[in-house]
Amino acid sequence: MSQIKLVSDRCTGCGECIAACLYNAVTMENGLPIFGDACNLCGACAEACPSGAIEVLATAGKPAVDKTSYRDIWVFGETRDGQPAKVVLQLLGAGRSLADQTGQKLCAVLIGDNLGGLPELLIAHGADRVLLGEQPALAAFRDEPYTAVLASAVNQYRPSIILFGATAAGRSLAPRLAARLRTGLTADCTGLSIDRDSGDLLQTRPAFGGNIMAAIVTPNHRPQLATVRPGVLKPLQCDKLRQGEVIRLAIGDDLLAARTEVLGFTVAEGEAVNLEDASIIVAGGRGLGSAENFELVKELASLLGGAVGASRAAVDEGWISYAHQVGQTGKTVSPRLFIACGISGAIQHLVGMQGSEIIVAINKNPDAPIFKAATYGLIGDAPTILKELIAQLQSGA
Amino acid sequence: MNYFLTAEQKLIQQITRRFARERVAPVAAELDEKGEFPRKLLGVLAKTDLCGVSIPEAYGGLGEGIFGFCLVVEEISRVDSGVAICFAATGLGTIPLLLFGTEEQKQQYLPDVAAGKKLGAFALTEANAGSDSSAQETTAVRDGDYYVLNGTKQWITNGREADIYTVIAVTNKAKGARGISAFIVEKGTPGFSFGKKEQKMGIRASSTTGLIFNNCRVPGANLLAREGMGLIVALKTLDKSRPGVGAQAVGIAQGALDQAIKFARQRVQFGQPIIQFQAIQHMLADMATQTEAARALVYSVARTIDSGTKEISKASAMAKMFASDVAMRVTTDAVQVMGGAGYMKEYPVEKMMRDAKITQIYEGTNQIQRSVIASELIKERDEW
Amino acid sequence: MQIVVCIKQVPDTAEVKIDRETNTLIREGVPSIINPFDLHAVEEALLLRERFGGSVTLLSMGPPQVEAALREALSLGVDQAVLLSDRAFAGADTLATSYTLAAGIRKIGAFDLILCGKQAIDGDTAQVGPEIAEWLDIPHLTYVSSIDEIILAEPAKITVSRLIEGGYEQVRASLPVLLTVVRELNEPRLPSFRASLRARTQAIAAWGVADLDVDPERLGISGSPTRVNRIFVPEYDRQGQVFTGSPEDQAKALVVALRSARLI
Repeated sequence: MSQIKLVSDRCTGCGECIAACLYNAVTMENGLPIFGDACNLCGACAEACPSGAIEVLATAGKPAVDKTSYRDIWVFGETRDGQPAKVVLQLLGAGRSLADQTGQKLCAVLIGDNLGGLPELLIAHGADRVLLGEQPALAAFRDEPYTAVLASAVNQYRPSIILFGATAAGRSLAPRLAARLRTGLTADCTGLSIDRDSGDLLQTRPAFGGNIMAAIVTPNHRPQLATVRPGVLKPLQCDKLRQGEVIRLAIGDDLLAARTEVLGFTVAEGEAVNLEDASIIVAGGRGLGSAENFELVKELASLLGGAVGASRAAVDEGWISYAHQVGQTGKTVSPRLFIACGISGAIQHLVGMQGSEIIVAINKNPDAPIFKAATYGLIGDAPTILKELIAQLQSGA
Repeated sequence: MNYFLTAEQKLIQQITRRFARERVAPVAAELDEKGEFPRKLLGVLAKTDLCGVSIPEAYGGLGEGIFGFCLVVEEISRVDSGVAICFAATGLGTIPLLLFGTEEQKQQYLPDVAAGKKLGAFALTEANAGSDSSAQETTAVRDGDYYVLNGTKQWITNGREADIYTVIAVTNKAKGARGISAFIVEKGTPGFSFGKKEQKMGIRASSTTGLIFNNCRVPGANLLAREGMGLIVALKTLDKSRPGVGAQAVGIAQGALDQAIKFARQRVQFGQPIIQFQAIQHMLADMATQTEAARALVYSVARTIDSGTKEISKASAMAKMFASDVAMRVTTDAVQVMGGAGYMKEYPVEKMMRDAKITQIYEGTNQIQRSVIASELIKERDEW
Repeated sequence: MQIVVCIKQVPDTAEVKIDRETNTLIREGVPSIINPFDLHAVEEALLLRERFGGSVTLLSMGPPQVEAALREALSLGVDQAVLLSDRAFAGADTLATSYTLAAGIRKIGAFDLILCGKQAIDGDTAQVGPEIAEWLDIPHLTYVSSIDEIILAEPAKITVSRLIEGGYEQVRASLPVLLTVVRELNEPRLPSFRASLRARTQAIAAWGVADLDVDPERLGISGSPTRVNRIFVPEYDRQGQVFTGSPEDQAKALVVALRSARLI
């Protein structure tokens, strides 16, 4: 393939590229790697090559649009029960620093009905401007009209970046909009920054079930769309004195056409588990060994006034429900204190809690990867140490 | 060992193995604990087409004979023989139809069984007619176009869950063994009800109940073969179904052996995995050899039956007797290899040992099997 | 009902290991499987065919080895399968992928329903489904956890429940529609004997660029607005403090540390 090149005089035939290829696209012929049809230019082999012998050529390509005519950072202001979703405030927090870095404006886009008071709230959390699309037909989130309204606003105002929460709505709306605008979308970002040379948005996100991180850019198209995991970015402090402008979007009937209808909503039964808001989480994993031992996690959490979390292994064992799962396929949390008991620290789990302020790891395997992420490590039998902790805290020592 | 299976037979094995590992294994312990009938699992099996594995293609089955049937029973039994028996008892209950049914009777009942829509059961045993199967007391009295059934059957596998029952009953007491007949009776027929569900030592996922006939009117068209043929229907049926019990036993033995080896590899005592100790190794060697021998015998007999050979009583009895004795020995040894852990419900082998016992008892106790084998030996002429 | 199901062959990312020495992924020995969420989409298509009749067509895009995944799905009882394979498709991001799949669906013909899994376990983006719907100008609904009602008589409609934050949203859509589905929707069946035998020799249509009505600029790398700058295995190195000693000592030290951080 012409876009992936082997610098043969650097190649030592070590075969690291073959081992690293996630798609089985590399084979060895006469001591040199051949890149086959399955190659999708992900670059894992180039990363793994100890001799720098593989080059994935970013066909520089020419920009499809005049990038300089696209300015400002937008945040999709998803609402829930008349309030902005928590992730929106987090996006504004990150958006603020991106805006300050680039000297551009931060703008929140609010679409819905009866949105009184919300524009001011978003401005207080960092927005310079709020675009307001208020219409009865927009009261409930639906992909088609929301896509149409956003696309129309994009055509009018030409933002450089649009951020969405990686929520059910965000992950449904953003791709439809990306296809409408024929532009790039990066999902589930855990990191955002501006590339100093190109001015492009650098998006970091987990892939392969959380086993790897990918750094993605949209170099030639605008706007650059990204969905961001809730619980990863930090909101600004609410500043009621912040000033900003509110602009009403003109919404013609043609933008409101929809082939879906929201009929209702049923609250899910079972415990409401709010891990995202907890400032202390005590979590248990396979190393606890039994459902009985998992009870110690619950006891410690209760003593500390915290919430109970779990690794996927504990949930699969049936020791606790999925609502408590922290990780790639569970919740992302960033409490002040996260105590991981009997959790090995597989990347899929770390991705969900590594934003915690202080991480305590209790595990009897000194090589467990969790110790690399921990502020405090206790090597030992988790149930035994938990019992000690509980005893000491109870006696008020 | 390579048994030179056909592509179709390998496919049967593959699909059943996935069914057993992916769908049965996660719930086996719970089914055993609660004694719960695996209705949903049987529905999953039905969608694989395997419920009709031994039913001829003309009636909607796969036509893979007793061998195909044994493969399915063995693979499920490796994980849970209770679930396997829910499938196998239907086979037992429908073999009479296959052997003696008229074309009308076959067309009426077999397609639904092949599609997994209906389950079957075989009702021979009574309180006073166990090994002495001719001591039947259930009666079937002719009344116009009907037979009126009265009496009770005991310990019938798939009782209450099956839709189609092959019931053996006395039509003419004066004729003794020649006065017994076989009938097809459908669940829901007025006068046909069920006794309590028995609490068993093992195969607890299967439903075992009594059958109660109280002036139950069965259409004359439901008589199988002719009046007086009942015991022949029963014995010819058992000749064909006994390898299935053998297959169940082979599956249980293999499952227990697998668990014992897995455990012995990782259990460390005296500084090494116990699988390094000769005492354990010799036990495992014996278990593996016996299991393989049982499998080879069951497969050979199944192939012989499917080839159309008429004289199969001796071989069939041998397969059932040998394999079930092996299963009891192998499961007991598996518990022994695992020591205290083997005795705990947390590990699956104690259940396998409890499950194995019945294979030495039903479809003819192993004492009856030995008598069958001996009587065949006596009948055979000296070829020398 | 004419149903199209889009499936993807993926590496079993749950089985992927990390080489701690080189901090790279160990791909060897990781089997290729049908994306687990797609199996739920296939199952729902088969259930709907059992209820309403019609046919189920599988569609997938990828290199020739994807044919194995299509055969595996055929052994579940699907009617036919189409593979979109061409060098020109390689290196595609979600936009180019969805564009190509949409072109494939147009060539397959009229449909009532397109089913996709929630997301692929390698890319984890969940973007392709909604993007296909946009290219085809049909509505879409994501996170479908149950199909509650289908009316086939004109005006044809479908009512579903979507599993979203906090509960289930009931939504009605007109047909044709694209749905992405979650695990809760159903329990995928095992292969059936008859379908497995048939699948061994069943013809799988293979279409390349020449077979589709497409703009080459929208395919593969050229049609992909996003680029992967680099891939790395995340390394965590907080340089934490380790508490040693007996469990009692360790617990004591931790309590002191947490108290001084004013966390407890």
